[in-house]
Formats: sequence, structure tokens, C-alpha cells
Amino acid sequence: METAKIGEAPLAGRKRTSSQTRDHLRAVLFLLPAWVLLLVFFFGPILLTFYFAFTNMSLTGEASQQLEFVGMANFSAIFSDPNFMTSIVNTLVFLVFSALIGQQALGLILALLMNNRSRTFRRMIGALVLTGWVTPEIVVAFIFFAFFSDSGTLNTLLGTVGMEPVKWLYEYPMTSVVIANIWHGTAFSMLVYQAALGGVPKEVEEAAMIDGASAWQRLWRITLPMIKGSVVTNMVLISLQTLGLFTLIFALTGGGPGVQTETLPVFMYHQAFVSFQLGYGTAISLILLLIGMIVSMVYIRLLKVKI
Amino acid sequence: MNKIRFKTQMTGKALPYLVLSLIGVAFVVPLLWMVFASLDANANLALKLPEQITLNNFKEIVTSPDNQRAFLNGILLSLGQSVLVVIVAGLAAYPLSRYQLRYKSPFMYLILFATCLPITAVMVPVYQLFVYLNLQDSFIGTMVFLTSASLPYAIWMMKNFMDSVPLELEEAAWVDGCSIWKAFRVIVAPLMLPGIFTVGIFTFAGSWGNFFVPFILIQSPEKLPASVSIYQFFGSYGLVEYGKLAAFSFLYTMPAVLLYMLGQRYMSEGFNFHGAAKG
Repeated sequence: METAKIGEAPLAGRKRTSSQTRDHLRAVLFLLPAWVLLLVFFFGPILLTFYFAFTNMSLTGEASQQLEFVGMANFSAIFSDPNFMTSIVNTLVFLVFSALIGQQALGLILALLMNNRSRTFRRMIGALVLTGWVTPEIVVAFIFFAFFSDSGTLNTLLGTVGMEPVKWLYEYPMTSVVIANIWHGTAFSMLVYQAALGGVPKEVEEAAMIDGASAWQRLWRITLPMIKGSVVTNMVLISLQTLGLFTLIFALTGGGPGVQTETLPVFMYHQAFVSFQLGYGTAISLILLLIGMIVSMVYIRLLKVKI
Repeated sequence: MNKIRFKTQMTGKALPYLVLSLIGVAFVVPLLWMVFASLDANANLALKLPEQITLNNFKEIVTSPDNQRAFLNGILLSLGQSVLVVIVAGLAAYPLSRYQLRYKSPFMYLILFATCLPITAVMVPVYQLFVYLNLQDSFIGTMVFLTSASLPYAIWMMKNFMDSVPLELEEAAWVDGCSIWKAFRVIVAPLMLPGIFTVGIFTFAGSWGNFFVPFILIQSPEKLPASVSIYQFFGSYGLVEYGKLAAFSFLYTMPAVLLYMLGQRYMSEGFNFHGAAKG
């Protein structure tokens, strides 16, 4: 096709080719800094993950001097490590209860209830929920440390209705971090659902109302199916955010007591930087990264963006 | 009969307000502890109104040279990162928005893919890379890594913002003899200001709150940003001096809150990125 055109009008063809080459060169120059940074500090470490995960890399001892390829040794160690299975289960429990159920349901409820309410009221509640999102994770951990501690706010409140204090962070550590993460992350789902509900035409709901559909029927049969796309997108996005979450759990419970709240990122940190087993830690990274990659690919397929 | 209907209608109207208010209270209670305890001379871990209001907690946090340095480090790290991100992503967005490039589509998919990846996962190899490059405990190295980590999201946003800047103005400038580079600086950049601010503000806020990256990459106490030094404060004094911990937390949280409020002006545009999948 291109050659045929050049054959017809050699001059114009050559001109275009040379200007295209110049464009191409310019594009390379403009993109160069980004490429260098991404290759060295973003894609480089990802490739290194694939390599280091199969080595005996360590921060101390003999292995720190000589990097050896150990094949699948790290992975066979991981899969026979009971703490790994615990951290997988913890990650799933944390993901399902704090994000997929907690943040999603609360975000949807907030968005649904705020729809058609007075502007001032809506803004006030919205601002409170958003504050949880804006608060840095480390501070969220402190706030909930105070909230759940033995002499903290929750036990004081329960005391006023005559209930015995509970050692929340020891007896219900997972519940505690789940609640803290719901507090921190719900605003995201709320914003997504507010935007989605804003796109549902009022006429459809009104028509259903005239036909005698109850509020529940309208929600299940009309509103939710119409925002199905946003529900799925939101699920994927908050899953990705929750999978990588480290600071909140690390500062609130440190993964403990024992390994009761040790999710994959916290487990990875402990293995790599506390036990100094970098190779083993990287193998955990790789598993985390692969899960993230799969979820990301699902997301991009769902997004169907035209680029 | 009429009375009952009236009653159910009233509860139907009041119920959403009631539920929303309860949720609002649940969200504000944990936060109030931080505010009240920071002003309380005898703060403990439970939410209570301060009997004796004092600004001493704030005074002690603010006057400590260690904390001043931590805040300054945090500002330098986040500001440096934001400036670098805006420049590098702005440059990269230009050809992606303006030229017909064969590799544009795969590149943008790669960028979108990278946006999603949990950065936590690569911190172990990044640490090893920093040891190898002799960059561990380097402030600038940490800044450059943070910059690279936020590039995918920033390039994506910048490209979308740039797509909405009309090409005609640039073409007119070219006709008048402007070079591509000059037109980029004089025409495109000023029109991109809302996008530049959005990306800059969100990068700063994200960086300000980032604990894990500086925690892993920086060891010297004098180089630590506020996000890590507040954690160390919690470790050494947090279990005794609740008032100061609350005051420190409050001071550390404020910049993030203010920046998000500022950034919210542009948030609707930025949010299109997530809303693009609607329907």
C-alpha cells in the first residue's frame, strides 16, 4: 500500500516519509526520560523479581556473598511453609471482608442513600467519609489503635452500656484491621457509585415506580443491572488496592498476634527484611505480583478502552 | 388508614437521613479522638472532651528539631517527586497525544497495566537493586524511584489532558515560525495547567502518605520523611504520650487533607479515568 503510493507520487511520498522519520525521532526524544526511568526502576525490578525468586539471595551469611541459582527451592519451601498458607488465607479474608463486601456494600449504600438527599447533608456525610480516605494509612493505623485498644474509645463506649472490655487487637485482630480498612477505603467505592448512579436516567426508575415496582425491586431489577459495569470495575480496582496494602496492617497489628493478620505483603516484608531471606521474600513478591498481573489483565479486558 | 400511610411515608423519608447520620457518626468518632487528644493535656486512648485545653502537644511537636527536619524532608521528597513526575510525564504525553506512532497502542496498554500493579510487590527486588547500584539510603535515589513508580498513572492522565488541548493553536504557532519545543512550552504547557496541577497535587498527596517506600529505602534518621519518623515516634513514645502522638498525626494529616480539597476542583476530570468503564 505504502509502496504503491510512493510509486504514484514519488516526491510527496518521500516528503511524508522524511517528516514521519523526524516525528519519530522527536517522539523518541520526548519519551526518552520516561522510558529510562520506567525501564530501570519499574520494569527492571519486575524482571528482577522473576530472577531473584529463583536464587538463594540473602542479606547475611554466605549467601549474601554469592548469589546462587536454586531453581524451585524457594517455591517448594514456600508451599510447605504453613505460614504461607495462613498468609494466603489471611489475604483472602482481608480482601473479601474489607474490600469486596465492606467497602463495596457501604460505598453502594452511601451512594444510594445520598442520591436525591439535600445537597448540604450529602456533602457533609460525603466529606466525613472522604476524610477517612485522605488520611494517610499510618495515621489510620494510629487512630484505630486508639479506637480498639484496651482502654480505648470502643471499650469505653461499650462500658457505658455495661459491657465488659474486650481486647480487640488480640482477640479479634482480623476484624479490627478489616474495620480500619473499611473506614479508610469506602470513599473510593462511594465516589465510583455516585458517579455511576448519576448516569442512571431518572425516567427509567420513575416508569418502574408507576408500574408499581417496590423500592427493592427497582434496586435489584433496574438500578443494579444498569450500573453492573461500574460494580465490576470497582471490584477489580479495590481488589488491587487491597492486595498491595501493607502500612495499615503493619502499623496496627504488625501481622500479629502471631501470624493472625499476616497478609502476603506483611509476610513478604518479614521474610525479606526481618529474617533477611531476600530470595525467599522475592519468591513471595513474585506470587503477589502474578496475582496482581492477572487481576490487572482482567481489569484491562473489562475496561475495553480505545487507545 | 390515612394516618398509617402518612406514618410510613414519614419513616420512608426519615430513614435514609437516620442511616446516613449513623454512618457519619461512625466515620467521625475514630477521627475525633485525634482532634480531642491533640488538644488535651492529659490525653489517653479513649475519646473524651479535653478537661484542660492546651496547645502544648502541638508546641512540643513543632519545636522539636527532629520533627522539623522530618517535615522538611517529607516536603522535599514529595515536592521533588511531583515536579519530576509532571515534567517527565508531560514530555512523554506529548508525542503520545500528538503523533501517529506505531507502538502507541501497545505502549499505552503497558502503561495502563503498570498503573494497576501493586508496587508493594516489587519492593524486595527494588531494595536489592538499590544495594547493587549503591543507592541505598539515598534521598535522591528514593525520589527517583518514587517518580518512576507514579509515572504510569501520570502519563495516562497527562495524555488524556493533552488530548483535550486543541491542535490548531499549536499549528498556528508553527506557521508563525515557532519550533516544536517552543510551542510545547509556550502554548501547550500553559493550556495544560489544570492537568499539571491535578497530577502534581495527587502525586504530592500520595507521596506524602507513602510509608513503605522510604521505610525500606532510607535508613539514616536525618534523611527520613515525616511518614516514617511518625512511625518511629509511635514506636518510642506513642504508648505513653498520646497527646503528642495525636498532635503529630494531626499535623501530618493536614497537608494531605488540604491538598485533596485543592485537588478536588479537578477531581471530576481526573476521575474519568476510572469512570471510563461505566456501563
